[in-house]
Order: sequence, then structure tokens, then C-alpha cells
Amino acid sequence: MHLADDFRDPQLAERLLTTLTRRLVPGRTYRLMEFCGGHTHALCHSGLLDRLPDAVRMIHGPGCPVCVLPIGRLQQAIDLAMEQQVILCSYGDMLRVPGRGRQSLLMARSAGADVRMVYGPADALVVARQHPQRQVVFLAVGFETTTPMTAATVAQARSEGLRNFSILCNHVLTPAALRGLLATAEEQVHVDGFVGPGHVSTIIGSDAFAPSAKQYGKPIVIAGFEPIDLLSAILHLVEQLNAGLAEVQNDFVRAVSPSGNQRAQALISQVLELRDTFEWRGLGPIPHSALRLRPEYSAFDAELRFSLSTPQIADHRACRCPEVLRGTCRPTDCTLFGTACTPDSPLGSCMVSPEGACAAYFHSGRSRLQVLPNAPASPPTA
Amino acid sequence: MPPHRLRPLDLQHGVVELAHGSGGRATHQLIVELFQRHFGSPQLAAGHDAGILPPPSGRLAVSTDCFVVSPLFFPGGCIGDLAVHGSINDVAMAGAQPLGLTVGFVLEEGFPLAQLDRIAAAVGCACERAAVPVISGDTKVVERGKADGVFICTTCVGIVPSAVHIAPDRAGPSDVILVSGTIGDHGTAILSQREGIAFETDIVTDSAPLHTLVAAMLDADPDLHVLRDPTRGGVAAALNEIAASAQVGMQLDEAAIPVHPAVRSACDLLGLDPLHLACEGRLLAVCDTRSAARVLAKMQAHPLGRNAAVIGQVVSDPLRFVELRTPYGGRRILDWPAGEQLPRIC
Repeated sequence: MHLADDFRDPQLAERLLTTLTRRLVPGRTYRLMEFCGGHTHALCHSGLLDRLPDAVRMIHGPGCPVCVLPIGRLQQAIDLAMEQQVILCSYGDMLRVPGRGRQSLLMARSAGADVRMVYGPADALVVARQHPQRQVVFLAVGFETTTPMTAATVAQARSEGLRNFSILCNHVLTPAALRGLLATAEEQVHVDGFVGPGHVSTIIGSDAFAPSAKQYGKPIVIAGFEPIDLLSAILHLVEQLNAGLAEVQNDFVRAVSPSGNQRAQALISQVLELRDTFEWRGLGPIPHSALRLRPEYSAFDAELRFSLSTPQIADHRACRCPEVLRGTCRPTDCTLFGTACTPDSPLGSCMVSPEGACAAYFHSGRSRLQVLPNAPASPPTA
Repeated sequence: MPPHRLRPLDLQHGVVELAHGSGGRATHQLIVELFQRHFGSPQLAAGHDAGILPPPSGRLAVSTDCFVVSPLFFPGGCIGDLAVHGSINDVAMAGAQPLGLTVGFVLEEGFPLAQLDRIAAAVGCACERAAVPVISGDTKVVERGKADGVFICTTCVGIVPSAVHIAPDRAGPSDVILVSGTIGDHGTAILSQREGIAFETDIVTDSAPLHTLVAAMLDADPDLHVLRDPTRGGVAAALNEIAASAQVGMQLDEAAIPVHPAVRSACDLLGLDPLHLACEGRLLAVCDTRSAARVLAKMQAHPLGRNAAVIGQVVSDPLRFVELRTPYGGRRILDWPAGEQLPRIC
């Protein structure tokens, strides 16, 4: 029996949908944002978006680490790989994101750069040990979920005295993004409540969202990634909204505690510190929303080691990724969606990662009546 | 040492040398001392430039395939048996029974002979088990760095029985879609060994020759409409190819598609879809709804089809969508996989 099977039970899902429908106040619309891209993917993949009552409208938030990284910061990695002849190690789903002139890390690899896919920073460290004569750079991206691994790896590299390893640190913070979103959201898009991120909360704990819930008066229900997790969270959001509550509720108790993983938090603050401000794709600059290496670990900071500046590269003029990330536009509202921009040839970052809202919509065929997928004219033979 | 007194090959510590591809005595030695030990067939023993087969009655099916897999050895198999099964299966997917196989090796200078010996043994063993002889072979050696260890090209020839007319464009509305077993096992086994993302799993490759399973299915229904082995691109690509060829749509029942729990866990972990992962010993079949139960019963009675299942139906759809009905009553399109399957961040 698979642990997740209980949370994938179709009969239970059906009962939850019935309960949800009964709880809806007639005439009321519930506008709920799932912050995390993993939730967007799960909603599309399971087909649950089709089954939610019309009065429950899901708005897809910016919680996809691939999607919120500005092009300029990705370009730093591409330039390092192309011009400085480093071994550039990256998570798989960063490799296809287009940078300047639509060039990606995968294309840089085809052009001769040494770009390697790794499952995490520890694997990049292995590469650094194996190639002491080469500079090895890990493109560190992600929310709090991946940050502890980066911190642990840098600490390990320092204790080994490795001189050929560094990271491009682009770790960002979820509560700050939520505050940034809420600070601007009212005039642009109305969100009644949030499905809170599951994996992130295992690290930072559910209490981390209490200030946002209180300040902005929005309920936040933290959820896991299975269909039952999502349906329960949506049901609990509706119940809170009906009762006029705005509380943080932890529905992902099998993984998330109120205070989170304190060892991981200690490791993060040992190695990393807050940046004054950080540019988010789609959300713009948000104060205190990202991390960089502390001065005592600056020897492992690729930005310093290679004296990098961050090039300002604008999104494609017609690309609506920024609005998709703010939840002010649906993927299918973008004119590029499924035509010039597809998972095979993405223009915007939301089309790259399976957790990006555009890719999730495309793969699950939510565009069915609007666009034909780009199937090859004649199928390749086996 | 004079050329006529070559030392025997050191199969424990020796490596492939450029001389092994020179066409001279060293090449001959590699063939005799390594390959021929594993590939005993009358055609090879005859020592001709070409393998000679008696003239077949009926239509010939021919398929060729190149194998560049990394890693070369993976749980449950290696590039050698994979190369044999791959070409046998391509011929079997035309409904043909294989007659023989040719094998071409491209070897990188410096490749350990011990590993080459294991790979050649796997080729020989796979051929023997499948009862399909190697009828011709070739070896080339390229300089170090010009290849990745070993590349293998195989070509299989087979005979298509006269009543059989399998073709991808024969899938028609109301036809039934079947799969012969759990999907994505091979893809998961390979991923679990790949540098940078290795993980522990008890999944082994599903690599297997499917021609006897096909023969059993043809016994139940000689007029099977379509057969396809979902290799690269997995079930998603294979079904989209059939839908595009036959200009039809498909409706699949996601809950009916057999997936090994360990494959599902690995996919959950890596953010991949089992429907996009390669199989090397599974087949998809499209047949008339009236014969589906008979075909399914024959499949389930065969060792390679024990977990066979009906997974969906062909429908008429001008948009040629392959659509999945999820266990939650929702729907999603099963699209062509986009590029290489890249694990996600978190």
C-alpha cells in the first residue's frame, strides 16, 4: 500500500466535492489562489479543475521557482557557462528556460558549454571534487524547500576547503512573495484566500504565514499535493470564508509542524542572509524577499568570484507571464499561448516547468477548444 | 611481437584498441575470441560477408535500430539485450515472426574488453532465448572520445503471416486499446542509474522480446489493427503517433493503466509522468471491440502479458486528441512529451 493512496481515493474525493458544493453560499464566488506551482500542476493533472463548482475559482499563483527567476539572473548562468568555461550544474527544469535571444542552458550545452543536470547541490559538489582543475558553479534556485540543501552544500564545501566550487544564489522567500502579492493584489485581482504551499511549509512551519493572514485578513490553508489534500484545503477555505475567519490552518499535518524544521532553519541562517531587495519575474522588486551568502561564505558566491552584474533583459513584448504569475490573467488569455509559445519551444518561463501555470494548462489540454497541440505532421517511426 | 603470433585477448584487463577495427589480424581475433563465442549461428560460422537465409514465403518485415543508451548497464539488463529486443520488437509490431538479426558494434578505443564481453554475452543470450540467430555482424573502432563506450545497431528481418495487416492507420472509432503490462519500468530503471540523479529502486527494466506474445495475440485475432511498442516518448508518444496516423482521437481511463507502485513513487519524486517513460518489453494494441476480450485473455495467459489491461477506446475526433479520464472524473489531454524528460526542482 502506497502512503499516498489514501490521499488519492476517488470515492473520498467525490464525497468531498459533494460536501464542498453543499457548503457554498448561493450567489457567492470564492476566488482562491493556490500559491504553489505544485498545486497548480496537481489540480490540472488530476482533472480536479473540471470538477470544482463554478463558484470556486482557482487563481494560479507565482509559486514556481523556475517561473519567478528574472531572465537576467538566468543569463548570468548562461554567460558563465559560455564565456568563463565553468562546469555549470543546474536542476533539470531550469535547462530549457529561454534567456537572451531565446538561448537556454540546453542550447548553450549544444554549443559546447559544459552544462550538467544534477538532482541537487550535493551532486554539484561531487562534480567539483572530481574536477579540481575546473570551476564548478551550481545555479541555486528555489523557495525554502531547496534552500537547506544549498546551505548544507556550501557549509560542506567550506569545511573541505574546496576552492573550485561556488553557487549563483537565487533562493527566494515565500512569505515575502505572499506579502508582495497581497500589497498589490487588491487593485489588480481579488483573492479571497490562499491554498498555502506544502513543501515550503515543512521547512518554515505553518506559523510563518500568520502575519500575512492577520495583516491582510485572508485565510491560508496549507495543503499537501494529492487530490484529497487539495479538496480538503479548498473546503476548509470555503468554510473559513463563510464564517468570516482569516486564519492559518494546517491541513498538511503529516509533514508540516507549526514551527517547521528548525535544524534546516538554523543551517539556512548560518550560511545565508537576507538581501535588501530582489527582482521577481512578474512581481517586480520585493524587499527582503531573497537570500545571499553571508560574508564568511562569500568565497563560494559566484556573483563575487566572477564579478557578475545582473543584465536587465525584458520579457518578450507579447508574453504575459508576469500577469499569469500575479494571477491577473489566465494562461489561455495570452496570445502566444500554444501558438508561438509551447513546451517544445517556450517563450516565457511559465511554459517550461511542469509546475508553471502555462505548461500545466497546455499539458492537461485546458486549451482544447482554442488550440491544436503542435503534433508533427507525419509521425516519426519507432 | 610478430602479427601471426598475437597473444590471446585479455578479457579481464584488456581494452579495445584501434587495431581491433583495422580489418587486420586483431579484428579477426576480436571476432573469433570474443563475438563468436557468444553468437553461434550457422550463418556466422559459414564466414561469408553476408548471412544467407532461405527464401521466405510471404511478406518480409525489416527494421533497424541504433542503441546509444547511457548507462550501458542498468538494473535487469544492458545495451546488448536491449539492442536485440529492440529490433525484434519493431519487427514483431508489424505482426512478423523474426528470422534473424544483424548486429553492428561501434566501439570506443580504450573500452574495457571485459565489459564488451559481457555485452556480447548478453546479445548472444538474448538471441538464444528469443530463438532468433545473429546472421551477420560488423565491428568498427573509433578513437577515444569519438563515441561513448559502445554503440550497437541491430537490424531484424521477419515474415508477416498472410492474414495479418497491422498498420498504424487502421485504428478506427470504437476500437479497443490494450497495454501488455506495467508502463515506465525501463525508463525508471535507466533514470535510477543516471549520473547526477541516481536513486535506489527495486525496479528492473522490462526489456523483453515480444514476438511470442504477438503470436499468441494473433492466434486470438489475426486481424489486430495496430501494434506499437512504447519505447522513446512512452505510451504518450506511441498513442499520439497512432492517433495522428489514423486521424482519430482516443479516450483512456487513467485508473486502468497499470503502473508499478515503485515507478509511480519515482515519478512523484522526480516530477515525471510514467506515460512519458520508455518501455522496452511492453506493447500497445488496438483491436476490434468484438475480439478485445479474447485478445486480452491470450495476453494475460502469456508470461509477458500477465498484467495486460484494456485502457481505453478509439473515438472519432478531428483534433486527434488523446484524452485521459482521471480517477476524479476530470479530463486531461495526454500530449506528446516535450523534449528530454527533465526532473523538477522540488
